Amino acid sequence: MVIGERKPFEEIVKMLNGHKKILVLGCGGCVTVCLTGGDDAVKVLSSQLRMSREKDNDPLEITEKTIERQCDPEYVEQISDIVGQIDGVLSLACGVGVQYVAERYPTMPVYPALNTTFVGGSKKEGYYVERCQTCGDCKLYYTAGICPVARCSKSLLNGPCGGSTNGKCEIDPQVDCAWQLIIDRLKSLNLMDRYEQIIEANDWRSSRDGGPRTMIREDFQR
Amino acid sequence: MADFEPIIVAFCCHYCAYGAADLAGSMRLEYPPNIRIIRLPCTGKVTPILLLRAFEKGADGVYVAGCLEGDCHFIHGNLVAKPRVNYTKKLIQEVGLEPERLEMFNMSAAMGPRFAEVAREFTERIKALGPSPLRKTQSAATKEAA
Amino acid sequence: MSTECVTDSRLEKILRAGHFAVTGECGPPRGADPEAVRKKCRILKDKADAFNITDNQTSVVRMSSIASSVIMMQEGMEPVMQMVCRDRNRIAMQSDILGGAALGIKNMLCLSGDHQRFGDHPQAKNVFDLDSIQLIRMVRKMRDESRFLGGEEIKTAPKLFIGAAANPFADPFEIRVPRLAKKVAAGVEFIQTQCIFNIKKFAEWMKQVVDRGLHEKVFILGGVTPFKSFGMARYMANNVPGMDVPDELLQRMKGTPKESQAEEGIKIAVETIQQLREMKGIAGVHIMAIEWEEKVGEIAERAGLLPRPAV
Repeated sequence: MVIGERKPFEEIVKMLNGHKKILVLGCGGCVTVCLTGGDDAVKVLSSQLRMSREKDNDPLEITEKTIERQCDPEYVEQISDIVGQIDGVLSLACGVGVQYVAERYPTMPVYPALNTTFVGGSKKEGYYVERCQTCGDCKLYYTAGICPVARCSKSLLNGPCGGSTNGKCEIDPQVDCAWQLIIDRLKSLNLMDRYEQIIEANDWRSSRDGGPRTMIREDFQR
Repeated sequence: MADFEPIIVAFCCHYCAYGAADLAGSMRLEYPPNIRIIRLPCTGKVTPILLLRAFEKGADGVYVAGCLEGDCHFIHGNLVAKPRVNYTKKLIQEVGLEPERLEMFNMSAAMGPRFAEVAREFTERIKALGPSPLRKTQSAATKEAA
Repeated sequence: MSTECVTDSRLEKILRAGHFAVTGECGPPRGADPEAVRKKCRILKDKADAFNITDNQTSVVRMSSIASSVIMMQEGMEPVMQMVCRDRNRIAMQSDILGGAALGIKNMLCLSGDHQRFGDHPQAKNVFDLDSIQLIRMVRKMRDESRFLGGEEIKTAPKLFIGAAANPFADPFEIRVPRLAKKVAAGVEFIQTQCIFNIKKFAEWMKQVVDRGLHEKVFILGGVTPFKSFGMARYMANNVPGMDVPDELLQRMKGTPKESQAEEGIKIAVETIQQLREMKGIAGVHIMAIEWEEKVGEIAERAGLLPRPAV
């Protein structure tokens, strides 16, 4: 899922300077799962904003709503009746959702309440870790299911480097050395001969380096 | 402020804290009338929004009172509540309220005197902090409306 | 290993002739003054066969390796240009390889590079378009096949003697020799190891290297660094990733009175070099006297490595 974290409160307050009536819009997708942008988060942030503005003698009227997802036009359409009554939207979706709302309502200021951080999964509730760099050319076959692009700090395809210590990365003792994990897994699968095969220089065209990407299913185009 | 009487909301779990409150009553123990008790089945029911709402509606102080750690009637409820209360302290601090206005306490149903003691000490704490910064503007607004 | 030289590198000539090679290291300055490089060069001249010029080591911005190498050549010495994968993509790398060769640089060391988090610009984007093994492969292809990584022909191939680093002391230990084997398969011609303090562990690594016959496919130079003080020894033991300093050495430095600690550090370095000379598969030594370049000459002298042979 896409992981996001709420921006610092002061930053959000600053964005809303001058606004009087806003919609705080939550997203029922990824950010609900990682507990930062769903209905609960909408309620908490709205309460905080009302109190903060009350304290500054500059009340802010807030409409709270959460839609199924903000990355699909049909759901973003559902707020069209509210949009006429407000002067701004604070979206708790990931960067994608914020852009979708802004695109659908181009005359309405739309602000991001979250910093979208990474693509990952949960280790347990409330604890999320990065696992994928969306390089567009999945190498998990070569590395026994552990991604060197996302999990090695240097994205080495022929690791480890000389800084691997006790299974941890040189940059942070809390970060696993991805190549230690890969080697351990290759060993347990009896695939160590795969380790000595040199993985050639990567073609980064399939990743974000090649430019913004598109995926089209022809069987769905009318 | 000499005549400041804080509004304090106490979220009490039915099995322990509320029982302790009952016992304090039967023992005729005195504690400040500022405390408004809200009974919950368990402190595990407490979420940040519940506590924020109390402050939004004008509470000067809020506390959550549950069973002793390890003795929660529902096993984990009070353990789940603790990090939520700590998190909400940060949330109210972001808004400009002192984090000391929110607290969590633990007691057993037999601890009537402890219930009264917490009520007294917390009321003193909030008196010293003064009215919630929100109440100032709210009462000003109410005065204007009046 | 073949006695026929592929490049005009003095280091290659020394190694292929069977001499025990000596390389040194020179860190470029944090400013634009060429005199700072020249000063260090004058101290090091004739004390080794070639000298590494580091490339923004520890991710701290310094004068470029290529520029410093040119200044060193003007002093009549032979540089080993280092290139890390952290700051340049394959386009810039190939460009600098052509440029370096054109300017007369004859040796190159291919490295991954320390993460930028350690340096003075942790905010920087890192590149890592290639890793060190892919870089070795690429330079070899440029030199021996006259081809760019993309496959197109190179008009005049860069003639560079290709080196890389090895760290027998990093984890996981059992992968260190297979990784060396990978670098050899990629085409590396000489290796400089991380500085050796734990001679026992190093001997274990060398045994595996020799068992696999890798010492006959690549020239291995053992890294040696003198301790300036007990404080430095302790710092290296605790704060530098991939460094292995055994307790006996720490105790030895600690037990020495402060005024004599520098001398003790040099003694240890010389002893290490003497042990390396006895080891099978070791083709030379790489002396890294960090910010203590004036001692390289003394260490080489006391280890019986001077004067350097003529080739």
